Parts: sequence; C-alpha cells; structure tokens
Amino acid sequence: MKQIVYLSIGIFFGIIMYKSEAASWFRIYEMFQFGSFHMYGIIGSALVLGVIGIQIIKKKDLKAVGKQQMRLSPKEKGFSRYVIGGTIFGLGWALSGACPGPMYVLVGSGYFSILVVIFGALLGTLLYGILKDRLPH
Amino acid sequence: MNIIYEPWPWYVAGPLIALVMFLLLFAGKKFGMSSNLRTMCAAGGAGKVADFFKFNWKEERWNLLVVIGAVIGGFIASQFMSNNKVDINPKVSKQLSDDYQIDSSGKAYLPPELFSTEQLSNPSMLGVLLVGGLLVGFGARYAGGCTSGHAISGLSNLQLPSLLAVIGFFVGGLVMIHAIFPIIF
Repeated sequence: MKQIVYLSIGIFFGIIMYKSEAASWFRIYEMFQFGSFHMYGIIGSALVLGVIGIQIIKKKDLKAVGKQQMRLSPKEKGFSRYVIGGTIFGLGWALSGACPGPMYVLVGSGYFSILVVIFGALLGTLLYGILKDRLPH
Repeated sequence: MNIIYEPWPWYVAGPLIALVMFLLLFAGKKFGMSSNLRTMCAAGGAGKVADFFKFNWKEERWNLLVVIGAVIGGFIASQFMSNNKVDINPKVSKQLSDDYQIDSSGKAYLPPELFSTEQLSNPSMLGVLLVGGLLVGFGARYAGGCTSGHAISGLSNLQLPSLLAVIGFFVGGLVMIHAIFPIIF
C-alpha cells in the first residue's frame, strides 16, 4: 500500500516536471539567459507556498502519518560545502540542462541519451563518497 | 482538446511542486531528488569503496519508488499530454541559433543537436552529457542537496545553508552559460 503511495507521488511529480517544461533543456538555458519569468515563477511560487505551509506545520505541530515527527531537521552548519558544492552543481545543471528529478522524467519520455547524464551523476556521487574526507566542508 | 497538450504555466506548476513536498512530508519522508543517487550507489555495492555508502539503503527504497514513478510520469506526459515542443523567448531562440546552430527550440522538447541518439557517437557531445551528469552528481552530494532538496525544501524551511547552495547553483549556471558555453560550443 505504502509502495503505491510513493509510486503515485513520483508519477504526479513526473507529470508536473514534464508539463511545466522544467525538464526541458531549453527552459533551463532560457532561465540562465534571464529570457523568461517561467522558471523563476515555478520555483518562486513553490517556495512562497512552501514557506507558509512549513510555518503552519511548525506552529500547529502537525505530525506525519503514524504520528511520526516531520522530517524538517535543520541542515548542517557549514559554508564551503554549500558554496563550492552548489557552484559545481550549477555548472552541471546548465551544461546538461537537467537536475536530478527531471533526469528520470526524461528517461520515461524516451530521451535515452539522458542515461549518459544519469550514469555521470552516479559516477559523480561515487566520486564524492570517495573524496569526501579530503574536501573542505 | 488542445488544452490537454498546452504546457502548464508557472502558477500551476509551482503550487503543485509545493504539494509534492507536503505529500512527502506528511508521508514521513522528505522531498529531495538527488539522495536516490546515493541510495543507488549503496545498493550497487559502493559501501566497499567508501564509508559514505555504508548505510541501510533498504530503508531508502521509498526514494527509488518515487524515481520509478517519475519515469512513468514522464512517459504518460510525453505520450498523452504534450506535443513535445518547447517555445521559448524568441530572442533566446535566435541567439541559440546564431551562436550555437541550435535551431530546434519550438520544434522539440530537448535539442536533438545535443540529445539525439546519433549524437552519442560524437565524442564531444558524449563528453558534454557525461561531464554534465558528473558535476550534477558530485555537486549535489557535496552541497547536500539539489534543486528540490535546497531550493524548494531547504529554503521553504528557511535554512541559511540552502540559501548558500542556491546562490551557488545560480553562480555555477551563469558561469557555464555565459563563460564556458562560448568556449565549448
């Protein structure tokens, strides 16, 4: 039963990413050229509602299913990892025109070249795991 | 019937993305689309080469179900709900055509100049895709999240680290498009 819930959320997410064109290389390129409000509007409106909703969750101390705590733990403190890691991510985001969610959506849409990007992303994750202790965080 | 094929405007998509985040929170999980890469590495036996992958990945199997769902969602949307053409700002479209001979905006969802199967036999295009993915995977784990984990979840929870990461995302993206693209394409 739970499995079906996660699968359905994934399907819903996939449809939103594709239909909003957030999974399109063109939209990412256009965003970094400041050519349209579209991507900023998507992220911005999600964010405004997200901030309001999370404030409500915290004020009313709402619980997740099964009375568990919500997973809203603060991010670890740090500077270098966020700035350097974030910049590296941004370089890749613009180069491949895809962030991790849309990559999977594009596999389903039949753009099989994206499998090369996913393979690269797995390799990058592996590389980070190996180098982690030698990097500034 | 055309309305089914029209792209969704930002004011529909943004709120729906927030809804996805809340659905996952109420399910006792969190919205972050790059952690599954770590789960896949761990499931593939990467625990043998780095402690970073020594965790009970089976507990994160829900994440892989979301991934499978996203693939199915991409299939449904592209097959039944879209004409698979993305129109962008005509100025950007012209610039893509003039500077990089990418003429496919308004005609395709992804540029075939980069993503067609034939281009996979072109070593430089294969390199672009591979390096792009590598930077995304490395950067997402180094920063502890991607667009969903930081720009949506983290910023919604007013996390300063997420703000730093998102500034990084945009700095990296702008450098790539404005400084590196003219060199490599």
